[in-house]
Amino acid sequence: MTEATGKVVGVNGNMISVDVAGNIALNEVGYVRLGDSRLKAEVIRIRGSRAELQVFEMTRGIGIGDEVEFSHELLAVQLGPGLLGKVYDGLQNPLPELAEKCGFFLDRGVYLDPLPRAQKWEFTPKAAKNTRVSAGDTIGTVPEGIFEHRIMVPFFLPGEYTVASIVEKGAYSITDTVAELVSPDGTTIPVTMVFEWPVKRPITAYTNRRRPTEPMITKVRLIDTFFPVALGGTYCIPGPFGAGKTVLQQITSRHAEVDIVIVAACGERAGEVVETLVEFPELTDPRTGRSLMERTVIICNTSSMPVAAREASVYTAVTIAEYYRQMGLNVLLLADSTSRWAQAMREMSGRLEEIPGEEAFPAYLESVIAGFYERAGVVELRDGSVGSVTIGGTVSPAGGNFEEPVTQATLKVVGAFHGLSRERSDARKYPAIHPLDSWSKYPGAVEPELTEYARKVLFNGNEVGQMMKVVGEEGTSLDDFVGYLKSEFLDAIYLQQNSFDPVDAAVPTERQRHVFKLIFRVFSGRFKLATKDEARTLFNELQLKFRDWNGAEWNSDDFSRIETDINAALDASIEGIEHDAESLVAQTRKAE
Amino acid sequence: MRKVYNKIEEISGNVITVAADGIRYGDLAVVTSRYGESLAEVIRLSGEKVSLQVFSGGRGVSTGDEVRFLGHPMQVSFSDNLLGRIFDGGGRPRDGGPALHEDLIEIGGPSVNPSKRIIPRNMIRTGIPMIDLFNTLVESQKLPIFSVSGEPYNPLLARIAMQAEVDIIVLGGIGLKYDDYLYFRETLESGGALSRTIFFVHTASDPIVESLLVPDISLAVAEKFALQGKRVLVLLTDMTNFADAMKEIAITMEQVPSNRGYPGDLYSQLASRYEKAVDFNGAGSITILGATTMPGDDVTHPVPDNTGYITEGQYYLRNGRIEPFGSLSRLKQLVNDSTRLDHRAIMDGMIKLYAAYKESLEKKSMGFRMSEWDSKLLAYGEIFEREMMDLSVNIPLERALDRGWEILSECFEPAETGLRTELIKEFWPTKE
Repeated sequence: MTEATGKVVGVNGNMISVDVAGNIALNEVGYVRLGDSRLKAEVIRIRGSRAELQVFEMTRGIGIGDEVEFSHELLAVQLGPGLLGKVYDGLQNPLPELAEKCGFFLDRGVYLDPLPRAQKWEFTPKAAKNTRVSAGDTIGTVPEGIFEHRIMVPFFLPGEYTVASIVEKGAYSITDTVAELVSPDGTTIPVTMVFEWPVKRPITAYTNRRRPTEPMITKVRLIDTFFPVALGGTYCIPGPFGAGKTVLQQITSRHAEVDIVIVAACGERAGEVVETLVEFPELTDPRTGRSLMERTVIICNTSSMPVAAREASVYTAVTIAEYYRQMGLNVLLLADSTSRWAQAMREMSGRLEEIPGEEAFPAYLESVIAGFYERAGVVELRDGSVGSVTIGGTVSPAGGNFEEPVTQATLKVVGAFHGLSRERSDARKYPAIHPLDSWSKYPGAVEPELTEYARKVLFNGNEVGQMMKVVGEEGTSLDDFVGYLKSEFLDAIYLQQNSFDPVDAAVPTERQRHVFKLIFRVFSGRFKLATKDEARTLFNELQLKFRDWNGAEWNSDDFSRIETDINAALDASIEGIEHDAESLVAQTRKAE
Repeated sequence: MRKVYNKIEEISGNVITVAADGIRYGDLAVVTSRYGESLAEVIRLSGEKVSLQVFSGGRGVSTGDEVRFLGHPMQVSFSDNLLGRIFDGGGRPRDGGPALHEDLIEIGGPSVNPSKRIIPRNMIRTGIPMIDLFNTLVESQKLPIFSVSGEPYNPLLARIAMQAEVDIIVLGGIGLKYDDYLYFRETLESGGALSRTIFFVHTASDPIVESLLVPDISLAVAEKFALQGKRVLVLLTDMTNFADAMKEIAITMEQVPSNRGYPGDLYSQLASRYEKAVDFNGAGSITILGATTMPGDDVTHPVPDNTGYITEGQYYLRNGRIEPFGSLSRLKQLVNDSTRLDHRAIMDGMIKLYAAYKESLEKKSMGFRMSEWDSKLLAYGEIFEREMMDLSVNIPLERALDRGWEILSECFEPAETGLRTELIKEFWPTKE
């Protein structure tokens, strides 16, 4: 390949036009020389000898004629041990280390090693000499926190190789050669613990993709019971500002039953990232007893950081997620917010003067969003183990209106939709996921017949509620009124969840199943009630009891005491079974 | 490197294009026309063509006028001499005082490394119960005041500027009515707060491009003071004018508009200003309060909508009062547990009762019969609006909490308030 160089011929916002001599590739990384510093940029269009690059830094001070060097590499991340617990910007620049070097501000053109070079890792060889290996196969392992970090044959090596040599068990740094591979044509390739992978290409070193069926437990009742997410699945959380998208993501990042969580804070408030940064090291992961930070990687490109790097940040995040998936782990990627990423694309598209689509988003918006979410999945690896990447993205629709391009493009490709509603968040009903509008295609923690029945109760209650607004309580029949109370009851004690309460904040599936059975008893019951006041009193009492129950620790004495109490109250007030629930009741009895 | 060019090739709105070389993106130039000198900033480079936005506008600029490049981007002087001074959007004195040229700093600098921020933990007292008690303002918070034209958002900001417990106030006026500018000046002067205040005022009659500089200049100065350990409050009014000015330039530059004519980077542009709000680890802080008027009282309009996604809550100013519903300080939970034991309980309790009052009011207007409870609520709501919500009420937080208990005891029995028993025991006023 010939050396390609260029000269700046135009600057427009964060886009520069460059006259290039030599061959360059789309998405290749170039550097603009500006005094002593080099500003990273990515080729986004080539027309003849003219290329357009998006600069990942502020472009102030760039002038016509400034030199541009091309790297012949696509925008890539470094993969190797030491990623966990790190805080990166969108280009994998470690932020705490950057702060040590540059102080309060993010100086331009400073790129540090993403992974600590000096740190030694205890390497245990796994592949014997002379065995045949190919991309993604494990050569050895190093312990990284609680995980066995697999040192793998770099994913970019095509075909099969023979292990020519491998080092003894011992401590090595990531740049030490730990093995030598020989290709069929005889070239020797040294392998270290670290290699690069271009972020915009999915990692495909697996044998097979499976359909996501196993639920990913978030410990949020409304999600696990009604709108479940599967390991390897995708879901989106659209909602207007202030509806609690970020809080919901934060809760999920704490409690989700997965091995590793990648948080991509993309174009959102810096303050929220700080909360995660400060709190996670202090919090313990109940599954392992270690600090939550040890299972977390934070990619943080907040709203005031350069826009082009925002676009890269979601890809950086998903590439790291795929890397850990290759170790047979379940990884959850939380992207907040994908709208900001789409807006970054829109800004570039506008500068490129492309013909705009709806709301000036580029025409390729849908395919790019689809391509991103499709990087989620459950895969079978070559050694038979299974890993997954689950992607949950928030969407911030303009004006809170879901009929906008980003929400619609996202809905097409995700398996679950958790739509947040302003109405519910204004009424302080958290999580503000709308129980009637949201949906999920994945199987959940509770029997589907029961949740289906519960949805009917909600739907019915909502209709009665609407009617009551017109005709008042007086004009509503007692039966309808009880139906309304039942739906309010479900909302108050099951759909809403207090994330500040130590017990209620995270509800394991077993408990969800257990509680839901008793709730079904309330639903299916026909109550002895003479007046609406009586009905209201009864349901208020039930609500109070269930709320206390929600606050009692799972399987504690308090828990069973309140349960007995609730059952007694129901025994006293239920006189029969609602006829539309009869077959269901019989079915559940039989199952027990 | 001072180059002078005498041929302007294109003049379109406030943007002029000259053929020049050796020019850098973001550089400043001086355009001299027969109506005087004006600064201009490079906003696009394309080959040898350089597009500049002229701060005083393109009107009257002739193709033969002189363009002199200064070889540096926009700068502002920074020192303690700024205190008590009034400048225009371009940083020139508006108060007849001397122009400042020493210690120049660049504006619109890089953003703060998130790992150098800390979780906010100090409240800013304003003496306004609807803020201090119900939606506490927190140091390093960014909050807009959503309002509509005609509402007293400027008097509100002026009061906050007078009373807020911070070290320095930077007031950025964008498209400010001249009367309002005089109002701010007189109020702060007579209140004795001028000496800790710096004005950067662009009035409605000033050239539109200058308004684009106001937030950046204000925040650059604020940042320097914060780095010296000062607690700075930046007041920006009105950010909708700022967004409209951006729209104007974007359209002139033939950018593809995204939503109602606003440029596609509206969110990023607003965010890069609001995100300057910060609590530095080991130095001072910047808090931003911005007025955002909602065209047509529509919160889904692109400006308030994008602002809402950026800021940490919002105050709604309607009918001359800060609305308790919808208004939200997202950071208040971080500080209101350590003010006084009853703060959170009074905050929630009084608002719940006020919500019940609103329902009763609705019932009343629809002609339903009023129960005894309804009448109690109606009496309560009236007192609450008069003694808590009215903007003229000016009492410290502790006094507001006490007043809250007094109001409750005037209107209700203890059990009706829904407050916890131990709090009632401690705080319920005894009747003499």
